Amino acid sequence: MRYLPHTEKDREKICADIGINNAQDLFHVIPEHIRKKAVLNLPPAKSELAVERYMQNIAKKNIAADDVSFFLGAGAYKHHIPASVDMIIQRSEFLTAYTPYQPEIAQGTLQYLFEFQTQCSRLMGMEMANASMYDGSTASAEAVLAAFRITRKNKAIISGNIHPQYRDVITNLCTVSGYKTQTLPPRFMNDEELLEVFDDDTAAIIVQNPDFFGHVNDFSTLAKIAHEKNALLIVCTTECVSLGLIKTPGEMGADIAVAEGQSIGNSLNFGGPYLGLYTTKKKYMRQTPGRLCGKTVDSDGKTSYVLTLTAREQHIRREKATSNICTNSGLCTLAFSAHMSLLGQKGLHTLARINHAKAQKMYKSLSQIPKVTIYNSTFFNEFTIQLPANAADIVDRLLEDNIIAGLPVSRLIPDNPECNNLLLVCATEMTTDNDIAFFANKLQNIL
Amino acid sequence: MTEYYFSEEHEYIRKENEVFYMGISNFAQEQLGDIVFVELPDVGSTFKKGETIATVESVKAASDVYAPCDCTVVSINTTLEEKPETVNENAETNGWFMCLTINDETQLKELMSQDTYTNFIQNVS
Repeated sequence: MRYLPHTEKDREKICADIGINNAQDLFHVIPEHIRKKAVLNLPPAKSELAVERYMQNIAKKNIAADDVSFFLGAGAYKHHIPASVDMIIQRSEFLTAYTPYQPEIAQGTLQYLFEFQTQCSRLMGMEMANASMYDGSTASAEAVLAAFRITRKNKAIISGNIHPQYRDVITNLCTVSGYKTQTLPPRFMNDEELLEVFDDDTAAIIVQNPDFFGHVNDFSTLAKIAHEKNALLIVCTTECVSLGLIKTPGEMGADIAVAEGQSIGNSLNFGGPYLGLYTTKKKYMRQTPGRLCGKTVDSDGKTSYVLTLTAREQHIRREKATSNICTNSGLCTLAFSAHMSLLGQKGLHTLARINHAKAQKMYKSLSQIPKVTIYNSTFFNEFTIQLPANAADIVDRLLEDNIIAGLPVSRLIPDNPECNNLLLVCATEMTTDNDIAFFANKLQNIL
Repeated sequence: MTEYYFSEEHEYIRKENEVFYMGISNFAQEQLGDIVFVELPDVGSTFKKGETIATVESVKAASDVYAPCDCTVVSINTTLEEKPETVNENAETNGWFMCLTINDETQLKELMSQDTYTNFIQNVS
């Protein structure tokens, strides 16, 4: 089987037509010293069966989350997904990764996006939501960019307790867009300290709840401080199941609230594709990035759904669009929406309670180990523990017993020696009491 | 006495009883079609000639409106929040966007008079 359709003759003709000698000429703008010189060392072609066997052997090197005692969270959470979710999202009517380009022809797609927006608004306690973004980190960055447009100011303050990869995405997008960011140290700051970090250029402060280390906070006072300084409060959430139990960003007075939606209806998927939830106040509607679904009536007076406010978007407003991410994570959004509909308000609350109860159980077990110190005074379903030795080494050793013990904080905060012994652990409804007992037992033995 | 000054970008400044009103011309609103939203600047903000001072959103496009001269925004037409269609109905009267103070009135001489603008748009269209 040939994988590339062009013959040598085709290539010669293409080169002649566009006036180059060979394909290499196309890369002349890339500096010589950063080009890869080595020829790829590929084996000769293999049969389909041989390729399948080869790939399966590579895949076996992975450790599947379901095959071990699993305590890893930190932005991607292992939750149960009802079989009905998969059944619904695999219906052929829904098989598109995107919002369609001739959207109004797909009323079913628009209707579920509309329902999704309603679910997001209620989940976050906010007035409106968009039809989703790529993931939690890009939704966070888009929220900060929206704050720059709304306030016409050019600096954002990033909490030190935000997921380090979220911080990187925000910083990256802000910097290339010509804005400034200031990252606070990774520790709790009281109101007086926070007041001092705002200056006249500050457009927004972005915080995470529960934060990267698992602390649950109430940012109501911070919202007031920010508003006094004519800045916005942006709250981001990596574990959206927590919103079934804790105070919503809306109740705290957040101006924009964003979240990673993976926890509802979506599996771990090696870190993606995921979906970003983006919610805000109605008055900031026109600065909202991405797609928005609206409900209206057609010429016969029947209910119909539309993509609305598209004049803000890049296919019309080009370089002045509110965002250059004018798509959404359609299929992940559908999975979220299907699972959320099955859960309902009560179901979500129950799910959140179970998660917290499991984490409490783990807290009790781990806190009985003499050499373990619990770092958190508050948490939802994950918290940080301090070990007497390097956390990454201990995680490696527990892997021998089929335990993925959590995230060594140093993996994401490598430059801070204080983090070397910190381990971020998570429990969900998937964690059994046996898992917790086994983990605590093995950890105690190692220490 | 009322005087109109027009820019090549189809903004106007109307001087009426020593007050400067700014908006977009009747020709501009015809070109844009049904206007659904006008985004106006904060009162007190200042702009240099050519800077984006407002945004007009019609059903199919969102267009920037440029400051015709150096100016400071004194007040904005709050009617447009609820009734942006006023711009379609009476672009050069009730559909004004904002009132301005202009420090250097000589800049107005660089703009077109009503007659010159009428000729100008005939050539444009």
